[in-house]
Amino acid sequence: MSQVDILQTVDKLKRCLQDLKGLPPIEIKIEYDFPEITVSRDQVYRVLQALKENKETGFTFLTTLCGIHFPEKEGNEFWVMYQLHNLFTNERIRVYSSASVGDPVFASVTPLWAAANWMGGEAIDFYGLQFEGPPNLTRILNADEMDYHPMRKEYKLEDDSRTDKDDTYFGR
Amino acid sequence: MSYLKDKGIEVEYKEISNLNTLNLGPTHPATHGIFQNVLTMNGEIIEDSQQTIGYIHRAFEKIAERRPYNQITVLTDRMNYCSSPINNLGWHMTVEKLIGVDIPKRAQYLRVIIMELARISDHIICDSVIAVDTGALTGFTYLFQWRELIYEIYEEICGARLTTNLGRIGGLERDFTMTAWKKLDKFLKGFPAVLEEFENLVKRNRIFMDRTVKVGPISGDRALEYGFTGPNLRAAGVDYDVRVALPYSSYEDFEFAIPVGEHGDTYDRFMVRLEEMKESLRIIQQAKEGLPEGPYHADVPAFYLPPKEDVYNNMEALIYHFKIVMGETDIPRGTVYHSVEGGNGEVGFYLISDGGRSPYRLHLRRPCFIYYQAYPEMIKGSMLSDAILTLSSMNVIAGELDA
Repeated sequence: MSQVDILQTVDKLKRCLQDLKGLPPIEIKIEYDFPEITVSRDQVYRVLQALKENKETGFTFLTTLCGIHFPEKEGNEFWVMYQLHNLFTNERIRVYSSASVGDPVFASVTPLWAAANWMGGEAIDFYGLQFEGPPNLTRILNADEMDYHPMRKEYKLEDDSRTDKDDTYFGR
Repeated sequence: MSYLKDKGIEVEYKEISNLNTLNLGPTHPATHGIFQNVLTMNGEIIEDSQQTIGYIHRAFEKIAERRPYNQITVLTDRMNYCSSPINNLGWHMTVEKLIGVDIPKRAQYLRVIIMELARISDHIICDSVIAVDTGALTGFTYLFQWRELIYEIYEEICGARLTTNLGRIGGLERDFTMTAWKKLDKFLKGFPAVLEEFENLVKRNRIFMDRTVKVGPISGDRALEYGFTGPNLRAAGVDYDVRVALPYSSYEDFEFAIPVGEHGDTYDRFMVRLEEMKESLRIIQQAKEGLPEGPYHADVPAFYLPPKEDVYNNMEALIYHFKIVMGETDIPRGTVYHSVEGGNGEVGFYLISDGGRSPYRLHLRRPCFIYYQAYPEMIKGSMLSDAILTLSSMNVIAGELDA
């Protein structure tokens, strides 16, 4: 997408978000070829629904959804990224929402897109997020008896006690 | 029973339920990969099914958070291992987008040739296996000889066959050799006739059509809701193709059609892939004829390994070599998403870089993972043998499903 196209998408987005009542002003950022917005988690379902159903924006396709962990952002440790695509105009955007580590609950978007079920399932499995509403998933790729969520940043890829791989000089 | 009767023993039979539970997989020759389906069967009709996935989950997203960028390519190989060059080059393009490199036209055209070869080899597997599952083994043996030739071409280009680790950030590791061009010519000359022969064998074959038409259908709307992309979506009548919608690597220079099905059933999925192979041949032909002169990689010494001779004789090259191998190159901060049209649909790389040596977060959009969740809906009410055919026509690759 060229820069002009992105600005057009941003305009459409602005108009769509203005139509929603009771929504605090949302900043639209541009990251490479994607407009990005961040929405509080109690509004995210409403916003996504509006983006999907609004005729002008028409983001009817959910490309992907994933969880992200930023341990240093206190109070907003867990993030969910929704990436939407308008297949007619080939515009794409990303929507972010965040929650704290103590209460990582988001609204499930499976009613909007059936595909969100397993995509969300990955976030549940790897980050311990929860998605309210049916269907109730626990583990999807990992073993059922695991009691931790391996993609969280506190789990290092390698055991700290290993000494044979000490790369003080070159590694980080 | 008559034996018991003769002995004078009365046995009372009660019909409790006529539903049976059947385990299909995890390791079953008909599933073409390791995934389990627990089917609830009413006679031979599937009433319900439950999937278990994750048998070959290898935590690529986690491993990637510790690896330098050029070492992540080998992880992408093992996603859709039927067309690994597409994944490799998709990953390179993602990193190139992040660091903002312009790739020379020649490298882009060479990449297109490689990616289309990979698409053909992917579709050869899927289509010939659909035929095998209906009982037609002959077509499989015809096509597989030519897939072997594609693998020989890979071998000439990158030295490997299955898990190719092809290309580098910034271009290709070497130009095509004369042998590679010769083999490509042989392929372009010989393959169309074989494909036609295969097509004639199965396309209007009575048994094949009885087994595939109206088997495992999905409507276009439902397919979009389930996040289908690639041939499976196009078989349902939606003409979304990343190569056309959001062109990358100079796909806008080539003329090709997007084959589209109508009913989204197994037969349409088979035919879409068959036609796509022909379109891929057209693209390769065009890329070969219009191949521009020039370098086969961009001038990005910080990311692209210098020639080995220079490493020994040139101080600057030695420094760059050291930095690349040790993963000490500076990478800009940022968030990028890049997608390519893989063998099964939109393969996407969502990458968050915090400026460190490895990604802060890498999320892989794997088309198989997303559309496999529609499988229970597609096989509900069909026969067991049709379920197996539906699975092979969706071309679910376990490596991509589980990542």
